[in-house]
Amino acid sequence: MKFDQPAGQNPIDQLKVVGKATDRIDGKYKTTGTAAYAYERHDVVANQAYGYVLGAGIARGRIGAMHVDEAKAAPGVLAVVTTLETPRLERGKMNTAYLFGGDRVQHYHQAVAVVVAETFEQARAAAFLVRVDYLPEDGKYDLAAEASAAKPVPADSQEGSGGAGEERVGDFEGAFAEAPVTLDETYSTADESHAMMEPHATIAAWDGDKVTLWTSNQMIAWGHGSLAKILGVPKENVRLDAPFVGGGFGGKLFVRADAVLAALGAKAAGRPVKVALTRPLIANNTTHRPATIQRVRIGATKDGTITAIAHESTSGNLPDGSPETAVNQTRMLYAGANRLTAMKLAQLDLPEGNAMRAPGEAPGLMVLEVAMDEMAEKLGMDPVEFRLRNDTQVDPNKPDRRFSHRDLVGCLNLGSKKFGWAKRNPTPGRVRDGQWLVGVGMASAYRDNMSLKSGARVRLDGRGMVTVETDMTDVGTGSYTIIAQTAAEMMGLPLDNVVVRLGDSDFPVSSGSGGQFGANSSTSGVYAACVKLREAVAQRLGINSADAVFADGEVRSGNRAVPLGEAAAEGDLTAEDAIEFGDLSKQYQLSTFGAHFVEVGVDVHTAEIRVRRMLAVCAAGRILNPKSARNQVIGGMTMGTGAALMEELAVDTKRGFFANHDLAGYEVPVHADIPHQEVIFLDEVDPISSPMKAKGVGELGICGVGAAVANAVYNATGIRVRDYPITLDKLLDRMPEAA
Amino acid sequence: MIGASAAAAMAAAAAAAGDAPAGTDKPVMAKVVLNVNGQRRELELDTRTSLLDAAREHLHLTGSKKGCDHGQCGACTMIVDGRRINACLTLAVMHQGSEITTIEGLGGPDDLHPMQAAFVAHDGYQCGYCTPGQICSGVAVLAEIKAGIPSHVTADLNAPMQVTDAEIRERMSGNICRCGAYSNIVEAMTEVAGRQA
Repeated sequence: MKFDQPAGQNPIDQLKVVGKATDRIDGKYKTTGTAAYAYERHDVVANQAYGYVLGAGIARGRIGAMHVDEAKAAPGVLAVVTTLETPRLERGKMNTAYLFGGDRVQHYHQAVAVVVAETFEQARAAAFLVRVDYLPEDGKYDLAAEASAAKPVPADSQEGSGGAGEERVGDFEGAFAEAPVTLDETYSTADESHAMMEPHATIAAWDGDKVTLWTSNQMIAWGHGSLAKILGVPKENVRLDAPFVGGGFGGKLFVRADAVLAALGAKAAGRPVKVALTRPLIANNTTHRPATIQRVRIGATKDGTITAIAHESTSGNLPDGSPETAVNQTRMLYAGANRLTAMKLAQLDLPEGNAMRAPGEAPGLMVLEVAMDEMAEKLGMDPVEFRLRNDTQVDPNKPDRRFSHRDLVGCLNLGSKKFGWAKRNPTPGRVRDGQWLVGVGMASAYRDNMSLKSGARVRLDGRGMVTVETDMTDVGTGSYTIIAQTAAEMMGLPLDNVVVRLGDSDFPVSSGSGGQFGANSSTSGVYAACVKLREAVAQRLGINSADAVFADGEVRSGNRAVPLGEAAAEGDLTAEDAIEFGDLSKQYQLSTFGAHFVEVGVDVHTAEIRVRRMLAVCAAGRILNPKSARNQVIGGMTMGTGAALMEELAVDTKRGFFANHDLAGYEVPVHADIPHQEVIFLDEVDPISSPMKAKGVGELGICGVGAAVANAVYNATGIRVRDYPITLDKLLDRMPEAA
Repeated sequence: MIGASAAAAMAAAAAAAGDAPAGTDKPVMAKVVLNVNGQRRELELDTRTSLLDAAREHLHLTGSKKGCDHGQCGACTMIVDGRRINACLTLAVMHQGSEITTIEGLGGPDDLHPMQAAFVAHDGYQCGYCTPGQICSGVAVLAEIKAGIPSHVTADLNAPMQVTDAEIRERMSGNICRCGAYSNIVEAMTEVAGRQA
């Protein structure tokens, strides 16, 4: 099905199942420990051996020799595969760093060997017997030091939301010079780790020249193609299966060393092999969100109308790597006739930087929305009012191109009212509650809405059950449930009559999960397949499909009412289709919007920051399942709070690695850090987005929330920190008198 | 930061001492009896096997998760002899005769424990990987409060202990949920506490 015209009335609009707050259909498995993740699939193949991955102990250089005799002789060892004896393997299409093979070390903890043994304990012990002779070389590990040598990013950065390397509208410099009120500040954001709870893990089994990988991956089709390329086997000889994925946040978009080394280890051992990356490998062996240095300049008239806005960002990456596209939202979020956005990329020898939840917008809004707060203060304006003043209904770069639907104003106004923003004391450091200095802050949320082609197969059986198969993944987003809701709505069935099977590369190719495109794209694919199934049912029953009403488990036409299952009485009915998105997203700008409001307390003695209240108001089209969508938003708010207050991969700029590579050193928010969170969805539909009239919501929650936290800290203390995260050491020597 | 160099150093030290390098010895095996979810389970294990791996790899009870293997994330939480512990930080052979409850012992898909049902109703999870640990911790936390065991945020040790949001958040902070469903987990636990009261 081609989607190239705005959606009209369709069966989804009945909203009998879609749009209702619905418990997850996979909930009873996840809460009982019976949902099996990659490493746990004891039942899929017999005789599984254990692989243990060894990471490089240097950040850059070559390996002169590897001594594996002791490891090979150790009890239980079945095979040792080293990078030296393996030719450098091709990269997957989306990989920047090479995953395995050859003598070159590109980054710390790059995989250099996998040891396969009968048991985990034996594999681990033997891995530590492998001795590696390194020939270290100097590398570049310090973004601040390399920033001056960073090169402009070429036209299309190809990353995250994409976007031009440099874009100009009007005459920024001229307008900025003439503006009566200006801001020019530089900020920095830290390297961050996805730190998903399930480590990257894979079981691989060869059957002749065919290989199956039970793995943990967000994008089955990408992984499928990449593994075929990396392993050098035809695509039809590779199968991936990932029915449950224990979190990804972008860290499992691409094939990683676990999958490659499970496959190589299994080949070498002649047995199925299971590999999980150990937690200490995840920060340096896989990918991370790159640190940025960002400069924002805003010029405005005295009434708060922006006349000039510039956002420039510098980040670093390995050769062939892409930038963190932190300036993207600034092209679209506020009006202003004269504009400049630009990115520079420095070459670093740290591990691969790549997409992490809302790449670009998350660190970009962390900075832009603090700059907006600073500018509002300079103007003597309320920060909400300043944003309202500069709303735009058109793409500021192309004024004849409208947003498909944009209600940032509605989010700001409703959020302001619900949060009690009017009670805010605009003078920082004036509100006290016992030992706490109390402050409130707000920020706009913005994230582009992307869509990808997505396919599904639906099958109706004689009992009136519909089974949906698609290689879509559920990474905690709730895909199982919204897909079931979609099929139930389309076929006029209760939710219990739908079975959803996901994550298998034998199923039709879906959008996969990433960039908050998964929910809208994959359910639209299911919609398309169900349209075909409805036609097949009508044809089988001899009903004109235009007249047919699918409701309450029946198909009705005129006076006739037939149980749906009867259409499949003589054999299952199967239909398959994909949604393909046309150029509506070129004609219109499709984006999602929100407003974050946060209250913090800062301990007057210790500068400890506690988040006390959080509210997000979101405008993101139709909300397919308000229960899981809300959860996505609070999850984003939580991760964004981490970015604002604690998350930072600490770079050892001498040895070139992230030093705090575990969950004790790399701090993420825990229960005690997060208060009750409120989320309000504006009741809206976006027929330009898809037949579902939905948009992405999985990343909107993280966008802007960190800035709202930072602005609240400023309001509480009067201290403006521009180097994130805001750890208490950055406040302590500047705290107001405790008295 | 365990790497090849550290391992090499250890091996060299062992060799210098005239011993075989660490790790090349035959595994030391031991018999251990665990009472898991009300069932007596006899295992012969490499003594290096953690309680978590004994459950996951030997008993195929994979509900308890390995998120870090360092006692930093809480995904492996089990209730052992009435107390919640990180099963990755303890060796199976240290639990001879222990009464162990894993997530599988609380309830199954068609027979949910009230805490499991509350997690479903309040959407107290997303990816599900930390969930068994959260639920085992949640059950144990309510029992700890009921038993009057204080926490860091308990203001008055003489007053009857209350199931407050602050108590729940403090006591649950060893269980990381990277998806960030904390707000919903607190609601789920509060509902169960209310029902228990």
